[in-house]
Amino acid sequence: MELIDLTLIWIVILGFGVLMYVLMDGFDLGVGILFPFAPNDQARDDMMNSVAPVWDGNETWLILGGAGLLAAFPMVYAVFLPALYIGVFLLLAGLIFRGIAFEFRFKAQQSRYLWDHSFNIGSTVAAFAQGAVVGAYIQGFEVEGFQYVGGPFDWLTPFTVMTGLGVVTGYALLGATWTILKTEGETQRWAWRVTPWLLAGMLGFFVVVSIWTPLSHERVFDRWMSNIQILWMFPLATLLVSAWLYNSIRKRREGIPFVATMALFVLFYIGLLISMWPYAVPPEHTFWDAASDPGSQLFLLLGFLFVIPVVLGYTAWTYWVFRGKVSGQNGYGH
Amino acid sequence: MELDPVFLSRIQFAFVVSFHAIFPVFTIGLAAFIASLEALLYRTGNPVYEELSRFWTKVFAVVFGMGVVSGIVMAFQFGTNWSVFSYATANFLGPVLSYEVVTAFFLEAVFLGVLLFGRNKVPRGTHLFAACMVAIGTFISSFWILSANSWMQTPAGVEVQDGIFQMTSWLEAIFNPSFGWRFAHFALAAFLTAGFVVLGISAWYLRQGKALTSSRKALTMTVVLMALIAPTQLVVGDFHGLDTFEHQPEKVAAMEGVWETQEGAPLLLFAIPSQTEERNYLEVGIPKGASLILTQELDGEVPGLKEWAPEDRPHVPTVFWSFRIMVGLGLLMIIAAVAGLVQLLRGKLFQSNRLLRLYTWMIPAPFIAVLAGWFVTEVGRQPWLVHGMMRVEDGVTPSLTGGMALFTLVGFVLVYSVVFIAGVYYLSRVMKAGPESFTQKDEDEGTAKRPFSNVHTSLDDAPRR
Repeated sequence: MELIDLTLIWIVILGFGVLMYVLMDGFDLGVGILFPFAPNDQARDDMMNSVAPVWDGNETWLILGGAGLLAAFPMVYAVFLPALYIGVFLLLAGLIFRGIAFEFRFKAQQSRYLWDHSFNIGSTVAAFAQGAVVGAYIQGFEVEGFQYVGGPFDWLTPFTVMTGLGVVTGYALLGATWTILKTEGETQRWAWRVTPWLLAGMLGFFVVVSIWTPLSHERVFDRWMSNIQILWMFPLATLLVSAWLYNSIRKRREGIPFVATMALFVLFYIGLLISMWPYAVPPEHTFWDAASDPGSQLFLLLGFLFVIPVVLGYTAWTYWVFRGKVSGQNGYGH
Repeated sequence: MELDPVFLSRIQFAFVVSFHAIFPVFTIGLAAFIASLEALLYRTGNPVYEELSRFWTKVFAVVFGMGVVSGIVMAFQFGTNWSVFSYATANFLGPVLSYEVVTAFFLEAVFLGVLLFGRNKVPRGTHLFAACMVAIGTFISSFWILSANSWMQTPAGVEVQDGIFQMTSWLEAIFNPSFGWRFAHFALAAFLTAGFVVLGISAWYLRQGKALTSSRKALTMTVVLMALIAPTQLVVGDFHGLDTFEHQPEKVAAMEGVWETQEGAPLLLFAIPSQTEERNYLEVGIPKGASLILTQELDGEVPGLKEWAPEDRPHVPTVFWSFRIMVGLGLLMIIAAVAGLVQLLRGKLFQSNRLLRLYTWMIPAPFIAVLAGWFVTEVGRQPWLVHGMMRVEDGVTPSLTGGMALFTLVGFVLVYSVVFIAGVYYLSRVMKAGPESFTQKDEDEGTAKRPFSNVHTSLDDAPRR
């Protein structure tokens, strides 16, 4: 092994990028998922305004994930995308409809309800497709050489439908806790009410996935059983964080529910990585098999080390600029 | 009929890219215009610049939104439909596209939020800074994307080992032979596009007697700028063509409709090229014109298409006619811009009704010219994905079936139709409302800053038919 394992560095960087995407676009997709259940039109305006200045930056992490995969792990890119062909189309169509809804909804009057649906259905479909991608990753792909050779609907199984619904519920929880943080009055009261239900739903999916995954996927089962002395901490940590979240809702703490939900996502994410490690394209190819040329990895790494902190810096700054409650003071009058 | 995944994927890619391309080419120029307006506002404090900036920022937001959503598709389409190509070229294209994301997309997306929503939340200097960052971001983005595209036209700095492109020189690959002129040509095209839209809309307001002060200001600024840029584009385009002649002579042969290698080739103004019969019908041309332009000699030799095997030639009629449309519209833009400058210097621009009407009618012209130019360069590259190194049919995803490709093609056409129709509809409403409807006063008063309340009242209360 070389002095520095570039591939390992890239796993960390891309892992971080995908996590950033999940956490950031997760809450604004969640706002879209919850949209039709909001108590009134004013609440919908507020919810949309709370994400309008930042959603575009959030979604850029997804493009970084795509381009970064191509750069560092081209095999993952070249297998996942053809394997998930139809799913990727649904994801993109969903993101398109919700994206244009931001601009068009506030310019429409009689047709506004159409853009409400566009925002809601688009967000839900995109979230579901992302969850299905996670499920398909656990499931594995039929690969010969470096190319996908399976059928167009191999990814669509009861298992992936379930992970898809799980992510929809999880994003909705992120969206609800974000709404608690950013709104007040009736909208916030509504968000307080729905959050415990969404938490219960997400924990339900967590239990089902935790039982179903090892039982149907031998790889995962072996990994869990051989590391049982450490892995029991994950369900425990999940329960503790959930209790923290529930408690903060009862005490009407505005910030903690959002933070706790993000912590839950981090836990699930690490759990997933541990279960799948070291496979980039299961069941055969590891991250090291899938890696691009070290020269390319290095060329991009040098830039990333310099640029990513700057990106994080100005992203954080804009969240600071748009801090505080959304209702009443900052409409979509850009 | 057997559905061909390669053919359908090509149609799909051409459709998605063509649709996407018209938005960035507009927003790149418009972002620079908005940043200039913000800078002028910062220095002079003249409210007319604020009125203009507010208005064009609204337009920018809609167009940028459409560009973003259609652009996300591009980032994934390489993998879904062209996975072999992606895998083979990942060592170069992967880092280049990733650099585009981290150096450009984040900059645009994040500072756009501040530009659109931050006018009352950040100091004026910071708002100007955000406008500049968005403008710079759009430029950095086009730098990377044109580097990637130019590399596919004139690959350099790589060698193929076991079907994989391995890097030999990053500098040579990024700054590949056709990159410089292509980038300059594209950047000027972006300025021309935004400029002629601003020109056309401002002229329309003037004729309507609407937003007179700001429209005169915008018209003066853009007429001068266009009169400088449009002729420059002709020169840059010529150099770009010479560069293509050196590296992709078969593309130039298709552009000029030259089948037989000849000395003193004519510059064809009109012809109907036939791909199957390898000849042109109804040729009308300037004798020795093509040779003079391409070789600077009246009797210079221009290689004809027959030098290449039929399966290695691009589709000649498409390239030939797209090229003529692009050049024709370019000449029209030069005439219109210079005529405007003359009228401005004579002090008669604002009264030149026919010229103002022409400007309004010419709004689609730069978009059509950009698409035509893009067809010339992309269709002219065929049948190669990476010129001389990888053919189109060798890059397609092996597991892709014709049915799947057709499904997503129809899907994207439907989705984009909705996006486009709605986008044009809402843009036209913003345009009809005009710059005067987006002033600070309206945002401070009215229904507690209800989003777009000003537009609601001025548009939605119009009698319904």
